[in-house]
Order: sequence, then C-alpha cells, then structure tokens
Amino acid sequence: MSLIQNPEFRRGFTDTVAPSLGIAAWGLVTGVAMVKSGLSLTVAALMTLLVYAGSAQLAALPLIVAGAPLWVLWATAFCVNLRFVIYSAHWRRYFGHLPRAERLLLGYLAVDLSYVLFARRFPVAEPQPEQLPYFWGAAAWNWASWQGASLLGVLIADYVPTEWNLGFAGVLALLGLTYSLLSDKKSWIAAGVAAFVAVAAFALPLKLNIVTAIVAGVAAGLLLDRSFRDAAPERV
Amino acid sequence: MPAWYATLGIVGLAVVTAVTRGFFLFSERELELPAWAVQGLRYAPIAALVAVISPEIVLTDGALIATWQDARVYAVLAATAYFFWRRGILGTIVTGTAVLLALKIGLGW
Repeated sequence: MSLIQNPEFRRGFTDTVAPSLGIAAWGLVTGVAMVKSGLSLTVAALMTLLVYAGSAQLAALPLIVAGAPLWVLWATAFCVNLRFVIYSAHWRRYFGHLPRAERLLLGYLAVDLSYVLFARRFPVAEPQPEQLPYFWGAAAWNWASWQGASLLGVLIADYVPTEWNLGFAGVLALLGLTYSLLSDKKSWIAAGVAAFVAVAAFALPLKLNIVTAIVAGVAAGLLLDRSFRDAAPERV
Repeated sequence: MPAWYATLGIVGLAVVTAVTRGFFLFSERELELPAWAVQGLRYAPIAALVAVISPEIVLTDGALIATWQDARVYAVLAATAYFFWRRGILGTIVTGTAVLLALKIGLGW
C-alpha cells in the first residue's frame, strides 16, 4: 500500500489542514517581514526553504540586516529554538529505533504543529506502526502550506497590509489546539502555570521565556501527578 | 549586507534548525531518561502551546494590554466561544480572524 493511501497518512494530513490555515497566515507574515527588512527575494526564498523555523527567522532578521557576527546570529537562533530540544527528547521515545539519518530527517521536519498533533494522536510514547505514516501526512501538509504561504509573502510583500495583524490567525490556530488538549484539571493547571511564566518572564532575552515556561508547566504537571496519585497518570 | 554573508548565515541557521530539532535524536546510544522526565514530557505539548501564544495574546510591546480597544481581546473571546460551542479548529480560526479584521479595519483597533 502506498503512503498516500495509508489511512494514518490521511489522518495526519487532515488533522493538519485546519490549523495549518492559521500557520499559513503566520508563514505569509514571515515572508513579508523577510522582504520588508531588506533581504533580496532570492535570499528570502532561500531562508524560508532551508531554515523552516518562523520564530528563529524573525529573530535572525534584524541581526542579518545589521551584519551581526555569524556566531551571534546562530546562537540567537539556537536559544529561540530551545523548545525543539525538549520536543526532540519526546520524539526519541517514538522514533529511537529508526536509523539515525531517518531520525534526523523526521526531527528537521518536526515543527510545533506536527509535534502537538502527533502527541495528541499517540499519547503513549512507544513505537507503533501507525506513527510514521501519520507523521508524514502531518509533516507534508505543514511543510507545503508553510512554504507556499511564506513564498507568497515574499512575492507580494508590498501588498500585504501589516497593520491587520494577519499573523494572529496563527495564534488562534494554536489556541484552538490548546483547548483540544485540555483534558483534565492537571492539564489546565500546567497550562495556566506555563502561560503565567511565559508572560511574567517575557523580559528575558532571546525568547527564553518560552522554554522557561515549558519547564515550569511540565514541573507543575509533575508535582500534581505526585500529589494526586489516585488518578494514575497514563504512561508516556 | 554582502551576499556571501547572508547565504552563509542562512545555511548556518538551517543547521541550527536541524541540530535543535534533532538534539536527542542524534546519538546512537539509548537515551535513558529518568522516569519522572518521561512522565513530565506528557505536559510538554500543552505547556509549549500556551508558552508560545499567551504573550502574543496579552502583551503589547512587553506590557499587559491596558486598553479595551484591542482587537485581539475580542478575537480571542470569539474564537474561544466558537471552540467550546462547536469544537472545530477551522471555525475557531475563521471566527477569531473575522472579529479581528472587522475591528481592525472597521474601528482601527
């Protein structure tokens, strides 16, 4: 059976379609921002196609334009991307048995949206045969919609009104996804703690508030799991 | 900005993407996480989502929203209402974005 006909591939694909509309709006805005900050069309297109990480790209733009030392540029992107390091520990539970080259390819393609959808679809973090087709279905559509929207943004940058805050559609997509994950009291509290810390620690440089908030949310969840053992946690 | 600088910078950024997303996928040795860490990962997706979106929703230039004339407030309320009414992500995005654009374009919020 080919991958396209696999029901899990289709499921990954269809789970991604609705939220990817919001993510595509984000991609469009990122494409616009790259050109408006002064990158040439070629460089902007190269950036979206290779880097494939919106928040790191936006953080890198002013540094590239200012001609910052390359190590500063790369270290900045590394910090902005720290949340992916946490995700990669989770991915290891699912994909650890695959060959290294395949693991790294999957990791490169594993953006926020794919990670959240995948963890929702497979809450038990153990390898299952349905996982790879699901991953590819989600990753393929996310890649295509993000890249398509971002390249469109590069091409029509002068015609997109930035004051409309179109990128907020991406926030709304992730908001809906958040609601779909809030299953029990413990997840509400963990989310509340993460939200509070992300806002309270916003003044940290390099978007370090994000990874700080994730660690705080996870710690809160763990504390709750320890305190209320009666509701036995599912295995991860 | 010389072309070689931007190109080299971007290639390096792509490597950073691959390194951070593949951080714990690289080693060939078994990754032995302590049991509590494995259990804690269950909360990572929800924590990551709210960590990314909450500052975008409640902050303007690093300060809490201090005005009612902010389109995001009503966009989020409408999107939330839609989600708990119908549970669809698509409708949540469309409803919230419609309210956002109506207030932005109509009232200049």
